[in-house]
Amino acid sequence: MALLIKNAIIVNSDKVWEKVQDILCENGKITKIAPSIDAKGHEVLDAKGKKVLPGLIDIHVHLRQPGQEGKETIETGSQAAVKGGFTTIMCMPNTNPVIDNPMTVEYIIREASRVGLCSVYPIGAITKAQKDEELSDMAELKSAGCFAFSDDGKSVLSSRLFRLAMEYAKMLDVLIIEHCQDPLLTSGGVMNEGAVSTRVGLKGDPGIAETVTVARDIEIAHYLDAKVHLAHMSLKRSCELIRQAKAQGIKVTAEACPHHFALTDEACASFDTSTKVNPPLRSQEDVDAIKAAIADGTIDCIVTDHAPHTKEDKEVGFDGAPFGLIGLETSLGLTIKELVKPGIIDLAQMVDKMSTTPAKIVGLKTKGVIKEGFDADLTIIDENKEWTVTKEGFVSKSKNSPFIGWKLCGEVQHTIYNGRIVYKI
Amino acid sequence: MEWKRKHLLGIEELSKEEIELILETATSFKEVSTRDIKKVPALRGKTVVTLFFEASTRTRISFELAAKRLSADTLNIAVTTSSTSKGETLLDTAKNIEAMNVDAMVVRHGSSGSPFILAQGLNCSVINAGDGCREHPTQALLDMFTLKEKFGRIEGLKVAILGDILHSRVARSNIWGLTKLGAKVTVCGPATLMPRGIEQMGVAIDYDLKRVLKASDAVIALRLQKERQEAKFLPSLREYSRLFGINQAKLAEGSSSLIVMHPGPTNRGVELSAEVADGKQSVILEQVTNGVAVRMAVLYLVLGTKEEVAI
Repeated sequence: MALLIKNAIIVNSDKVWEKVQDILCENGKITKIAPSIDAKGHEVLDAKGKKVLPGLIDIHVHLRQPGQEGKETIETGSQAAVKGGFTTIMCMPNTNPVIDNPMTVEYIIREASRVGLCSVYPIGAITKAQKDEELSDMAELKSAGCFAFSDDGKSVLSSRLFRLAMEYAKMLDVLIIEHCQDPLLTSGGVMNEGAVSTRVGLKGDPGIAETVTVARDIEIAHYLDAKVHLAHMSLKRSCELIRQAKAQGIKVTAEACPHHFALTDEACASFDTSTKVNPPLRSQEDVDAIKAAIADGTIDCIVTDHAPHTKEDKEVGFDGAPFGLIGLETSLGLTIKELVKPGIIDLAQMVDKMSTTPAKIVGLKTKGVIKEGFDADLTIIDENKEWTVTKEGFVSKSKNSPFIGWKLCGEVQHTIYNGRIVYKI
Repeated sequence: MEWKRKHLLGIEELSKEEIELILETATSFKEVSTRDIKKVPALRGKTVVTLFFEASTRTRISFELAAKRLSADTLNIAVTTSSTSKGETLLDTAKNIEAMNVDAMVVRHGSSGSPFILAQGLNCSVINAGDGCREHPTQALLDMFTLKEKFGRIEGLKVAILGDILHSRVARSNIWGLTKLGAKVTVCGPATLMPRGIEQMGVAIDYDLKRVLKASDAVIALRLQKERQEAKFLPSLREYSRLFGINQAKLAEGSSSLIVMHPGPTNRGVELSAEVADGKQSVILEQVTNGVAVRMAVLYLVLGTKEEVAI
């Protein structure tokens, strides 16, 4: 049966449609958009007064399966995704085993399709077992279904190997996503190095660990005329380097996470281990710069870096706790609260950052726009609805969020994936 | 004023008045340790556990003696990392001890902030005996006690803290305490061991030891861990000593009333020469003596016994 969405205020990245439309979804595609479509024979969803966005796309998620199912599974991660309005997520390869072989790729795709809530695309490892020693069999992984590669969780430290990866990826027309953080500079830091880390006596991770890698990667991209996508940018200096590179025509794209524009390193002074994240929460100056970079297009897209960890993993003190926080269910609410409501970006720009541009960056040609012929992936939101984040409210298997107790703005009402309602509030 | 805190986690959260109250209370307790019978019944029937996840001799013994001189029962637990079975969290360990009905837990842990985890998860009092690089409140209290004894005041004193500021919880606690009480604090040490943004804690930075000694009423030399050199923070211990070690010649640059302090244990020949450590300007052993009095005061206050105590 077809799904008909009535009275939709469509928000695409180019504009918010002035007149309400009906959207007909058939066989997983948007087949018709018109001011009025006959409801006869269709399942009808009335979106009156709500905004209808192209399904949100998060190209940076950790689903933990296979290997760490205590933290998250493809099923619980998919549930968290659609609750947060995401219809497409891409999962990082730091699983166990690492996504560096076609069997693991196929397993994830098969399991995601059994769950059937959203599209899940595995990101392949750049190096075998993410050991920073040899390139993974990227062509084989590509035929199994990977179109982006990353050693996320850490940088490819060997600059030579990274150069080779970029050359190889260019040949295969796949994307390299780099986690920019030089571990020799980070040297065991657990939070941003600065006045706050000094005050609370936690080991600092200096921003230069990120920026020197950003600079290196930009140089390699320039040298090879190859694309590189820089993950979770957290610093003013990174934004400046990227802005300059883009102005010179270097093929660099970049992402930022809501926690890097909603929180500063002051949050770590509570010793709440859900504020321990990589890269770390930074200074107010950096937060302001990230917001400005999102607004001016230096930062291309918003991702969550959803990184679930159990209570037991996290409850071992700040030094010992693993890095990461969950983000799928709070991303939209934080983005509207921190960026849209204060007027830093508008709703159309938000759609651009959270759907249209991420689709373009990774090469999803039928996603990211509400348009006839495109995938019937839609997110219906009430952008003015305020809600409070609670621990019990999370459907993710892990609850490691620093935003518990926060009042957010903008709530997902329905998520439609492949022409089916996969989530309703 | 009345003491209201159940825990002592750091100096950061204390007011000037609270610090002064501890120091005053310690003054009365100091006399107890000079008696023939070094014991008062203030904490009779209370159980104080020292739970140390890092090696320590003097702090642990100081706390143990303090508790014993207040008639508390004491139990010392040293947990080495290897014996902490994987999977048991810090809080689990502490909760198991607390389940045996202890009244106060004196904790040292290598991770900054761990006393907060315990204070949130336990019902007993938690006293921080050093957490990571964050705070070592009783050390700062005994340093302030010693300064007050020597100079009669803290306000307006010029105090230098010398050495590995980056890794020092003693430095941080002293900075909080001394600045709250109106001292002027200068930190001095190698730039590689000077934490970023330290001046935002209200201190001046100076890399010239001679100038610092000339301008100071007291200098707190910090212990330099040998591992710092292994971690390449320093070219060599020799060079460290040359720039930041205090010997008699450098000490002579300062006022003859300048006092030299050290939280111990000292690396003789590195941060202090033997003649300085043992010299007449050194108050290192007095600090150790005062440590017991200050810890008695802290235990007494946080355990909040309401009974009248004849001291």
